[in-house]
Amino acid sequence: MWKSVRSGAAVLCAALLASACGGGEQSGTGARPQEKVQLSYGVWDATQQAVMQELAAEFTRTHPNIAVDVQLTPWADYWTKLKAAVSGGAAPDVFWMNGPNFQLYASNGVIRPIEEQVDTSVYPKALVDLYTFDGKLYGLPKDMDTVGVWYNKTLFDAAKVKYPADDWTWADFKQAAARLTDAGKGVHAVGAQLTSFQEYQYNTIYQAGGYVISPDGRKSGYDDPRTIEGLKFWTDLIAAKQSPDLKTMTDTAPIQLFEAGKLAMYWGGSWDVAEFTKNDYTKDKVDVAPLPKGEKQATIIHGVANVMSAKTEHPAQAWEFVKFLGSKQAADILGKKGPIPAYNGTQADWVAAHPELRLQTFLDSVAYAVPYPVSKNTAAWQEAELTHLTKAWTGEVPVDKAAAGLAAAMNDLLAKE
Amino acid sequence: MTTTAERRPALAGRTAKRRRPRTEALWGYAFIAPTGLGLTIFYLWPVLQTAYFSFTEWGAFGGHTWTGLDNYARLLGDPEVGQAMLNTLMYTVLGLAGIPLAIVFAALLNRPGLRGVSVYRTAFFLPVVTMPVAVAMLWRWLYNGDYGLVNQMLATVGVDGPNWIADPATAMYALVVVGIWSSVGYNLIIFLAGMQAIPKELYEAAAMDGAGRVRQFFRITLPMLSPTAFFISIVSVIGSLQLFDLVFVMTGSGQSARANPAYSRLQTVVQLFYERAFVTDDRGYAAAIVIALLVLIAALTIAQFRLQRRWVHYV
Repeated sequence: MWKSVRSGAAVLCAALLASACGGGEQSGTGARPQEKVQLSYGVWDATQQAVMQELAAEFTRTHPNIAVDVQLTPWADYWTKLKAAVSGGAAPDVFWMNGPNFQLYASNGVIRPIEEQVDTSVYPKALVDLYTFDGKLYGLPKDMDTVGVWYNKTLFDAAKVKYPADDWTWADFKQAAARLTDAGKGVHAVGAQLTSFQEYQYNTIYQAGGYVISPDGRKSGYDDPRTIEGLKFWTDLIAAKQSPDLKTMTDTAPIQLFEAGKLAMYWGGSWDVAEFTKNDYTKDKVDVAPLPKGEKQATIIHGVANVMSAKTEHPAQAWEFVKFLGSKQAADILGKKGPIPAYNGTQADWVAAHPELRLQTFLDSVAYAVPYPVSKNTAAWQEAELTHLTKAWTGEVPVDKAAAGLAAAMNDLLAKE
Repeated sequence: MTTTAERRPALAGRTAKRRRPRTEALWGYAFIAPTGLGLTIFYLWPVLQTAYFSFTEWGAFGGHTWTGLDNYARLLGDPEVGQAMLNTLMYTVLGLAGIPLAIVFAALLNRPGLRGVSVYRTAFFLPVVTMPVAVAMLWRWLYNGDYGLVNQMLATVGVDGPNWIADPATAMYALVVVGIWSSVGYNLIIFLAGMQAIPKELYEAAAMDGAGRVRQFFRITLPMLSPTAFFISIVSVIGSLQLFDLVFVMTGSGQSARANPAYSRLQTVVQLFYERAFVTDDRGYAAAIVIALLVLIAALTIAQFRLQRRWVHYV
């Protein structure tokens, strides 16, 4: 008993001695004595955890006094947990932010605006706008994503339909959809998915010349006839049986149907590259084309940004880290292993990773991309969108009536913000 | 009864004897203190807090203001709350069918000399020890309209089955089946215990009088089981009214569940509470919703206690 205590004490003494020596050495070489701090960094994507840790290590290499602890919370719990942490004053110093949640955090003053002048011209303007609230920038864009039409070449060949051209239109799309549908084989042209606004309705709404929310964030666009055109695009496909009905898509998600060869096309984000190049069925059968042009060309652009907690104890260090994450150096590392980096001119590696796919499509579409529509309490009216549009998707209520009901509900919610 | 009996002789030797019950009571309190403290901190206090919050409005990151009865006024005019209450009550009532089912299974398993009893009991009890989320995932697949096992089996007899949990006409029944399937094992074990506590003499006497097995079941087993059935019905009604995990996973988790065409037929009160509290950050209103549920549960439980005189036989 005593022996172990004594040897423990000896180890402790040695450790103290060593650290004392270390300290002496540092001051000996003339390094400025600076406090060591540890920053916490909240992220939600497990597939990006490794590259985030690599970025953190790279940052610590150039900033030896700042260590970064990457904290992963899975997407399903990320926002619930973050909200609780912010309320309890225990939020990470730096964390990932997305468009739908941004204004809620900014308007409540729980994230810290960027005070230093930064050159934002290196990021897509739509993303800089997305993270600007009341004229102040709160986050530096980390990555970006746009939407394209993924298509199954095997099914196109079987139906003798030409692959989509870069300048194809709604009319071309509808023509192809009619020919690709094969009821006998249970193949539909496309799945009119209701649960992913970003990949489906929002795109066609802006392509039709409509809008989801007015630029000042006060008024719903769902009573605009052009917005309704954008919704009808999808309900018409269901009515023509060129898309599975909503019940079927509730049981089996469109992405699963696409990966089973039951859908010829799938409107999906650039993030689907990881999935479709890995899946055994799709990996040698799919390619991607731009979204078809309606009244105009449009694709929804979104991206994650790095923001700082308003209550961080180390604001200077947190800003150093955010600045690093928004730099070209960080973007170069991210582009090799992660999603499309937001920093202009660093995306070549991302495209080159899969030469068999026309990934340049996603970058070219940035030119006409529309930012993801948001307001202060986006979650509230996104729930209303689902509740009202479900009835239009099942055919229970005509599209224009459902859209009118949604516009009224959404305007009520916006008035409360 | 015992306390008054003990106290009477205390009049004779006051000082000596009166101290004993008091120290006993103190010890009693000491022994229940850990549980009592836990209940107060983790159950009673949150309930009181929730009741208070139901009169307030919350910001997304905490901070609340008193709004009086606003939340309750809104509650009364909210068709979603009414529909959720209706759905929950429907699930509860249909779910009661699980009780006679459990009695029948228990009676079958209680037959003397039945071989492999423990195998059956394990089989029935297995769903109870399985996580509700796993159960829900499993049934989601079984019920899948195109690829589910249920419809595959129906197809062999020429029936084209519906999308069970996405079709407003079938969704609630499909859900109740899963609810009963996953609780029948628990109820069955309690009923088995109840049956084994019935004195053998009663059956022997009945047999002597010429009563057959079926008659014995209805004349002896059922009445003698009524206190057990009463307990089960209280517990299962409360459990059904608080249904959440099963329906949360089966409808499709998260906000996208609202795109399920049957969602308005499936949404339970607790699920609505979850959405208001954690999705749309309407915590004050969410508190009012669960307080309304608490009142409903209390009312139904009191009603059940009142009605028990009509059908429960205590020996």
